[in-house]
Amino acid sequence: MAIEHAYKKLKEISLEEFILPGTSTCGGCGGLEALRLAHKVLGKNVVFVNAAGCFTLLALFPFSPFKGSWLYTTMASAPAGAQGIRDALDLLIARGALSIEEDLQVIVLAGDGASYDIGLASTSGAIYRNLDFWYFCYDNEAYGNTGVQMSSATPYAARTTTTPAAVLTPEGTELPKKDLFEIWRAHCPPYLATVSPRHPLDLARKFEKAKAFKGPKLFIAYSPCPTGWHYDPGQTPEIARLAVETGLWALKEAVHGEVAHTYIPKKLKSVEEYLQAQGRFAHLFHPVRQEAALRKIREAITQYWAPYLRTMQNAK
Amino acid sequence: MGPQREEMLTGNMAAAWGARLARAEYVPAYPITPQTEIVETLAQWFADGTMQGKFVTMDSEHSMLTAAGAAAATGVRVFTATSSQGLLYAFEVLYTVAGWRVPLVLVNVSRALASPITLEPDHNDVLAARDAGFLQIHCETCQEVLDSILMAYKIAEDPRVLLPVIVNLDGYYLSFTREPVAIPSAEEAAAFLPPYEPHHAFFKASRPLAQGIAVLGGFIYSYFRYQEQLAARNALAVHDEVAAEFARRFGRSYGPVEAYRLEDAEYALVMSNAFATKGKAAVDLFRQRGERVGLLRLRLLRPFPHEAVQAALRGKRAVAVLDQNLSVGQGGITYQEVAAALYHEPSRPLLLSCIGGLGGKEISAGEFEEVLELMKEAAATGQVPGPQLLYTEGEQTQMAHLLDIAGKEWG
Ligand SMILES: Cc1ncc(C[n+]2csc(CCOP(=O)(O)OP(=O)(O)O)c2C)c(N)n1
Ligand code: SF4
Repeated sequence: MAIEHAYKKLKEISLEEFILPGTSTCGGCGGLEALRLAHKVLGKNVVFVNAAGCFTLLALFPFSPFKGSWLYTTMASAPAGAQGIRDALDLLIARGALSIEEDLQVIVLAGDGASYDIGLASTSGAIYRNLDFWYFCYDNEAYGNTGVQMSSATPYAARTTTTPAAVLTPEGTELPKKDLFEIWRAHCPPYLATVSPRHPLDLARKFEKAKAFKGPKLFIAYSPCPTGWHYDPGQTPEIARLAVETGLWALKEAVHGEVAHTYIPKKLKSVEEYLQAQGRFAHLFHPVRQEAALRKIREAITQYWAPYLRTMQNAK
Repeated sequence: MGPQREEMLTGNMAAAWGARLARAEYVPAYPITPQTEIVETLAQWFADGTMQGKFVTMDSEHSMLTAAGAAAATGVRVFTATSSQGLLYAFEVLYTVAGWRVPLVLVNVSRALASPITLEPDHNDVLAARDAGFLQIHCETCQEVLDSILMAYKIAEDPRVLLPVIVNLDGYYLSFTREPVAIPSAEEAAAFLPPYEPHHAFFKASRPLAQGIAVLGGFIYSYFRYQEQLAARNALAVHDEVAAEFARRFGRSYGPVEAYRLEDAEYALVMSNAFATKGKAAVDLFRQRGERVGLLRLRLLRPFPHEAVQAALRGKRAVAVLDQNLSVGQGGITYQEVAAALYHEPSRPLLLSCIGGLGGKEISAGEFEEVLELMKEAAATGQVPGPQLLYTEGEQTQMAHLLDIAGKEWG
């Protein structure tokens, strides 16, 4: 399949909206912005297969903001729902009951809790079966819809409602974020990428590129969440920019398991700027600076980027 | 009536034949004893081209039933099967897909639930699903399994119903027991069951549709739940129409309940599934010595056929509901349902509850005798005891021995 758009300039991104405004998501929801951009590349012929989360309330009887179709499943089995729809569409088309023009792209829409935790087995199954589907994980790094509890996507030292910063747990979340990218990559899907709403061209190019592949096309979207992360909704673009520039959120893809970074910051910004901008990390600075925790965060970033340091320095 | 060849089939094979003759196009599967033979058979038939469509092994029953519902919501005829732990593993999905109003058929091969983990049957698995929005047909024979699956699709796909159906058979006693089964021809089956062409469930580019959509507000939620209830109640009449057509075409007729030697009976047993055969044998023995005993077999558990139960038990002196299940802290599950059905009868029979056959435990001739004695005693005294837990002296001796080996005491 030829790549229709190179997405070299912002104006190449379609002006058509596929998700209409006026939904129940919070103002400044980074996940919705990432989805809005992705949808522009995917076009209108889609069916979302949704897992329980904030986005479940996007479609609320009798309204739906989507121009395409929708099926809410459960929290843990949206990929299996995608399997049923994909297989049924293929069967109907094969026996001539449905014309090929009626075909839809099947897209799982799930948060990080559904993706990293409860739905991991179902996703693993769908990838293993080489299901021809898209997976859009909006990663707001917590169980958002239920009030911001820790998920296995919550980063180390973030405060959530179930990992409070308290006397015995001063840093809040004690465990590091699970590496879903690597877990998915171990299945060797044809296409896998991370994206961010603050990098729309990178995002658009990746969705465009993925169209060429039959099989699982998997995306983890960095999804700043003003409500859960405690910052002003207007700051979403800046938070997203900092996440990438500090090296906390790596923009990358893996084609048949082969990893490539699509953006390597020239110089990593100080991670403290990112942390200080969000209430969920405030306890790292007040009432006392938690030096050890901050060092741990810095070290994790350095360790991740070490293999690419030369690239960074060369780029200087 | 068309040509029907007869073969010796296990209950599981009969279930597979039901799916095949119904031309199920999509079968998501997951193994569990004693159901597995069904999906193994179907896998073979899809693989050798006997059946057209797709068989897919899923990663769990939770995924399996989600895929099943989603495929049916897209417009294909779906069959799937499970047992016991598998059915419970899919529990939230039962309610979910019933709410999608997808007329798929799920065969449950009953097996008692852990703990303790075991393999042999009772009905706590299938009855746990009784409130989920699935209709339920419980079968006594292998023939009935095949026939009920064909009927189930026709009932489920009726625009007045549009609800999924569980067809239940007992593990081991039916799943692995061969009986002669008349197999309708593909043509006859097709004439009875036309293709599935839903108008309410589809996904296509030209007509975007949101299914399974969230609601906020009790009045919206209640509306959709009441619709399920009304549709399930419609299924009573639809069942009878479908059963009548089935009888015309295939010469076998099924009611929502089956009355066995009940007409002039003073005492009645109420049972379901394969052990009803044991109950009927006991009735025959009682009859031989002149006791007026009959049996009512519950077949359609959802929707519950209140009127048929009332009519069948009217005028009996005492009735014993023999439940092969246990609602811990309450007693027998179908006892409660029969009691509710009889409550408004002007002169209702005394109603006893007995629990037996848990985990495949035998119900012996002696236990049937005991049940009859209990009914007679109740009739004589007007006193009805609480739930009776059936257990024989022989079983007690054996169990005491095992406890001894385990270093525990009876109690
Ligand atoms: C089986 C099950 N367990 C728990 C829930 C409750 N629940 C609904 S939404 C949600 C949070 C989902 O978190 P995530 O996937 O991160 O998405 P987000 O809410 O952040 O959008 C939870 C736990 C559920 N719906 N189903
Ligand atoms: S809680 Fe966060 S992820 Fe959920 S809708 Fe609000 S901003 Fe978006």
